[in-house]
Amino acid sequence: MDKYVCSICGYVYDPKQGDPDNDIQPGTAFKDIPDGWNCPVCGASKDEFVKEE
Amino acid sequence: MKPKEIKKGIFQVGVTDWNIRDFHGYSTESGTTYNAFLILDEKNVLIDTVKKEFSDQLIDNIKSIIPLEKIDIVISNHTEMDHSGSLPAVMHRVGENKPLYCSKMGEKNLSLHYQKNWQFHPVQPNETLNTGRYTLTFLETRMLHWPDSMFTYLNEEKILFSSDAFGQHYASQYLFDDQVEDKIMDYAKKYYANILLLYSPLVQKLLKQVTDIGLQINMICPDHGIIWRKDPNRIIKAYHQWSLQKPIKKAVLIYDTMWHSTETMAEHIVQGIADTGTEVIPMHLRKCHRSDIMTEVFDAKAIIIGSPTLNNGLYPTISDLITYMKGLKPKNKIGAAFGSYGWSGEAVALINQEFDAMKISRVDDGLKIQFVPDKKVLDQCSEYGQKIGQLIQKEDA
Repeated sequence: MDKYVCSICGYVYDPKQGDPDNDIQPGTAFKDIPDGWNCPVCGASKDEFVKEE
Repeated sequence: MKPKEIKKGIFQVGVTDWNIRDFHGYSTESGTTYNAFLILDEKNVLIDTVKKEFSDQLIDNIKSIIPLEKIDIVISNHTEMDHSGSLPAVMHRVGENKPLYCSKMGEKNLSLHYQKNWQFHPVQPNETLNTGRYTLTFLETRMLHWPDSMFTYLNEEKILFSSDAFGQHYASQYLFDDQVEDKIMDYAKKYYANILLLYSPLVQKLLKQVTDIGLQINMICPDHGIIWRKDPNRIIKAYHQWSLQKPIKKAVLIYDTMWHSTETMAEHIVQGIADTGTEVIPMHLRKCHRSDIMTEVFDAKAIIIGSPTLNNGLYPTISDLITYMKGLKPKNKIGAAFGSYGWSGEAVALINQEFDAMKISRVDDGLKIQFVPDKKVLDQCSEYGQKIGQLIQKEDA
């Protein structure tokens, strides 16, 4: 599964780890994260993430 | 400087750092201030502190108004050490058990700075706090310019305590925008270009939110420099304009040189650009500070970079500038590279790679020449400058 980077602050979403603090379980692919989710570091919306090269 | 009352019962208790000239790599030719604010009410509130070295001055300033133990609540709008460095000294006197209001990320970041058992009160966005006469509202402003950044808004007086936003590195005996000359806007612009530029999309979002909720602002109190009271809208409008990143018809030519060959090329390119009636600013990297260069880059259409080739690579000052500029993510630019080399000549291609990485659209593959430019080469440089100047004039800037 691909990692995604926040284009605002540089936070990397790693599907292996998920974002448990915000109810995203480990193993959740980026595309399966609900649209209302925001970057846990800077609050950017999901559409501001880009796939890590 | 002594504390000053900015509104009845509200004081600027921060300090002036007259002599700082290098603020973590940003040149501060007029020093700076670390502003902190004391609000007297049924519950007394302190907003932000100052750099650690100035904690005694801050404490003396507060003491001249009220004893520190009379402070009921401390608010940390931003955890960076120029604003939080005196928190340990202040909290020790205020009382370690008093609530320390900050954002959710503020709690995390303060814990990573200071190993203290403080009573954090992480606020929800738009949470309010009643202090008696006054109501404070906390506005989440993540990444303007740290994850923990927030604003505190005093509803009854319509005062925005804006943390680093709208600030300027500028030390003076004066407190307000109407007491200083217009040049204060240059300091504000330099601050924006070097601290906030990369967050321009978030600035746009924030300003839209502020307009949408109809937030009225009589006064903006940033954590550095003067307070905006005469016309707070002026700096808000400037932020709106700056965050659009719409360049003007201007070229900045940044270069370094070893034996004056790249410099001679630079002079002829500059003349070529000037011949087209376009504004052009040459900046020698060992004469101009990177933060002053960035202030010019910020609103320029064209970025022209000239580097000699040193040991098969870029000249080091060029790498420094590019690293700095890349992080600030300038948008809507065109770029051109040039330079003289001795035998291998990698520099121009390396600059081109960096332009591509920054999504700066290149005029072409650049201009590189071996050793000392002759008349023919210098004519080529002038023509190159004219070509760039014409492109700038053509662009819908």
